[in-house]
Amino acid sequence: MDFEPSKLVETIEKNGADASLISVLEEIQARYRYLPREAMILASERLGVPLSQVYSVATFYHAFSLTPRGKHTICICTGTACHVRGAMRVLDRLGTKLGVEPGGTTRDRQFTLETVNCLGCCALGPVMVLDGEYEGQMTTGKVDKLLKSALRQAGGGG
Amino acid sequence: MSELRNPQALVDYCQKIRATTDPQQRRVRACDGTGCRALGSRKVLARLQETLQEAGLADKVEVVPTGCPGFCELGPLITIDPEGISYNRVSVDDVPAIVAKTIARGEIIDGLVFVDPVTGQTIIHDHELPFYTRQMRRVLALNGQIDPTRIEDYIAHDGYAALSKALYAMTPEQVIEEVKRAGLRGRGGAGFSTGMKWHLCRQSPGEVKYVICNADEGDPGAFMDRSILEGNPHSVVEGMIIGAYAMGATQGYVYIRNEYPLAVQNLKIALGQAREHGLLGKNILGSGFDFDIEIRVGSGAFVCGEETALMASIEGKIGEPRPRPPYPAQSGLWGKPTNINNVKTWANIPLLIKNGSAWFASVGTEKSKGTMIFSLVGKIRNTGLVEVPMGISLSELIYDVGGGISGGKEFKAAQIGGPSGGCIPKEHLDAPIDYESLTALGAIMGSGGLVVADEDTCMVDLARYFLKFTQEESCGKCVPCRIGTRAMLETLERICAGQGRAEDIEYLNEIGQEVKRSSLCALGGTAPNPVLTTIRYFGDEYEAHIYDKKCPAKVCKGLIIYEVVATLCTGCMICARNCPVGAIAGEKGQPHVINPAVCSRCGVCQSLCKCDAIVVH
Repeated sequence: MDFEPSKLVETIEKNGADASLISVLEEIQARYRYLPREAMILASERLGVPLSQVYSVATFYHAFSLTPRGKHTICICTGTACHVRGAMRVLDRLGTKLGVEPGGTTRDRQFTLETVNCLGCCALGPVMVLDGEYEGQMTTGKVDKLLKSALRQAGGGG
Repeated sequence: MSELRNPQALVDYCQKIRATTDPQQRRVRACDGTGCRALGSRKVLARLQETLQEAGLADKVEVVPTGCPGFCELGPLITIDPEGISYNRVSVDDVPAIVAKTIARGEIIDGLVFVDPVTGQTIIHDHELPFYTRQMRRVLALNGQIDPTRIEDYIAHDGYAALSKALYAMTPEQVIEEVKRAGLRGRGGAGFSTGMKWHLCRQSPGEVKYVICNADEGDPGAFMDRSILEGNPHSVVEGMIIGAYAMGATQGYVYIRNEYPLAVQNLKIALGQAREHGLLGKNILGSGFDFDIEIRVGSGAFVCGEETALMASIEGKIGEPRPRPPYPAQSGLWGKPTNINNVKTWANIPLLIKNGSAWFASVGTEKSKGTMIFSLVGKIRNTGLVEVPMGISLSELIYDVGGGISGGKEFKAAQIGGPSGGCIPKEHLDAPIDYESLTALGAIMGSGGLVVADEDTCMVDLARYFLKFTQEESCGKCVPCRIGTRAMLETLERICAGQGRAEDIEYLNEIGQEVKRSSLCALGGTAPNPVLTTIRYFGDEYEAHIYDKKCPAKVCKGLIIYEVVATLCTGCMICARNCPVGAIAGEKGQPHVINPAVCSRCGVCQSLCKCDAIVVH
C-alpha cells in the first residue's frame, strides 16, 4: 500500500489533542505493516514531537519496523516452553527454507519471519503463527508442509 | 439497559438474571481462550452451532463460549451441563456424535472423556477431574464457567457486589485497612504489601491520582494474566474501581501486551458494559464517585513490565525505567501519585472485599496469604493454568496437580519466575512455595511461570536462553545491565560452544552478583538469577561443558555429533534429501553417513527419520 498523507492526518486528528505518539505509530504500522519515512516526518510535524524522538520510539519497541514487511508474516514463538520443546529447530528450518534470518523479509516481499517471546499457548509448543492463524506442536516436517501450501497460495494470489 | 443507580438496583438486577436462568438448562460450555483457539476450538464451536441448528436443538441448547479453565493440555475443551460432562481434545468430527448422543440423550462418549493416565480411571464430570479438585480456585473460579463478554454472567455470580459494599458500607480508609489485614502481597512478583502501597498512594498529596493495571505479561511461559483478562475481565475492572475509590483516583489505565488481542477485545467489551450499567464512569452506582479506565496497548518491550518504564510508555515515551525514589505513589504517571498493581492482584480485590480479610487470609503461610496462580509448562504432563494455596510444596504442585513429568522422564529442575527467576532442583521439591522460601532458594515468585525441565534439558543452555532474552530486552540505560548481561551471555555462549575456560564459573558468579547489586531496575537486578541458580545447583553440568567438553543432556550444538546407526538405517534417503547443508551421503538402500565437519547440528535428519536410526552423542 502506498503512503497517503491525508489518511495519516485523519488518524492524528481523530485522536485529537491527546494523540499519543505511540498510538499514532501503531496505527501507521498496522496500515502499512511498517513505518514509512514520510509518515514519521508527518507524524513529527503534526504532533509537534521532534523527529529524533519519533525515531527513538520507533526503534525502541519491537512492534515497529522501519523496513517494509512481507505480505505474510510467519511468527515463531521462542518462549521458554516452546524453547524446551524444540522451537529453535523449527525456526532454523523456516530460515533455511525461506532463506532469511529471523526479522528478515524474503526478496519477493511475500514472507517476513519473526520471533515472539511468548504467546502463552505453552501447551501447544512449539507454536507458529501464520498470518494470525495458530499452529501448535510444530515439527520440521510440519514446517515443510505448511510452507508448501502457503507458497502455493502466495504464488496463486499474486 | 438502564444504569444501576444504587446498591438495591444491583441486587435486584442480580436476582432478575438468576431468576431467568434455569440451572437444569442444557448448556454447552466451550473454551474460547487463546490456547483452545490455537487447537481449533473456533471450528468446533462453529460446527456445534451448525449441527444444533440442523438437529432443531438450537433454541433448546445454550452454547456458552467461555474463558480458559486452565487445562490447556487437553484442549479443545467442552463441558455439557447440567451434568457437567467434560470432553477433551474435541475435534470437528466429534461434534455430530456429541449432539446426537450426549446433548440429545445424555449418553457419554467413551473416547472423549478423561482417562487418568496413572490409575486408568475414567472421569466423566469436570468437577471430579483431579487437575481441578487438587486446586483452590478463587481468582480462576469463574474462568470456564461464564461468558466473559456478558456482564450479566458476572453479576449473576455476585459480580460488582464488592464494589457496592466498598462504596456504600466502607470508607476508603476501611477498604485499605481490610486489604492490609488480609496480607495480600503484589502478585506481579515483588510481593510488596498491597494495602501498604495503597495507603502510601492515598496519603500522597494531590488532587489527581491514577491507578494502573499492569497486564504487560512478558515472562515467557506465563499466561495467567492473559487468561484472567480473557476469561473474567470484569473481576479486574471491579478490583480497579475499588482501588481507585480507596486511593481517590479518578482515572485508570490497563497497560496490556499487543500479543494478547483477545484479552484486549474482551476487556474493551467489559469496559463498555460496565459504563452502560453505571458501574464505570460518572457517578458510579449512584455514589457520586467518578472513575474511568482506558486501555493502553504495549508495543512489544519486555522492560515495560517494570513500573517506571510502563508509566513512561503510557506517556508516549520510550519505555526506560528511572531510579526510585520517588516511588510512583509519590510521583508516578505525569508526575501524579500513582498505584500500579498486577492483573492478579486486582482480580483478588473483589473477592477479598466481598468475603473479608479473614476469609482471604485463611489460606496460605504466615507471610504469604491467599492463593497463587501458576502456569505449568515445559516437560510436564498437565500443561495449563492452576491456582493453589500459598505454601503448597513444589512436589505437590508438579506431581499431584501437574500430573508429573511427561514422557516418563526424570525431573531435573523447576524454573520459577521466568527470566528473573531461578532453577530449583530435585533436593528442594519439598520446599513450600511462598515469597520468602523461593527467594531463599535463589528463585523468585515472579509472575508465576513454572517451567519444568527434565533430563533432556541442558541447564547451561537454559541459563543461556534466559540471559539471551534479558540481554535482548535490556533497554540499555544503565551500564551494569547493558554490558554485564552481555558479558555473561558471551561467556555462556562460549561454554555452550565447547570453548569454556576454567575461570568462567567464577567470572559468571562475580559479574552476576555485581549486575544484581548495581542495576537500575528489576530487569537487570534479577537477570543473573537463572545463571546463578544453575551454577549453584547444577555446577556439575557447567563442569562437564568446560572440562569434559560434553553436554550431558545432548543439547548444546558445539558439543554433540549426529550419527547414523548403520544397522537401523534403511537407506530411504529422506535425511540426505532434507539436510540443509548436504552433510549426509549414502546410496539408496544403503546405510547413510553424516559428515560431522559439514553437519550444522540442526536436527532435521533426526526429526524426519522414520526408523530412529539417527542418534546424538
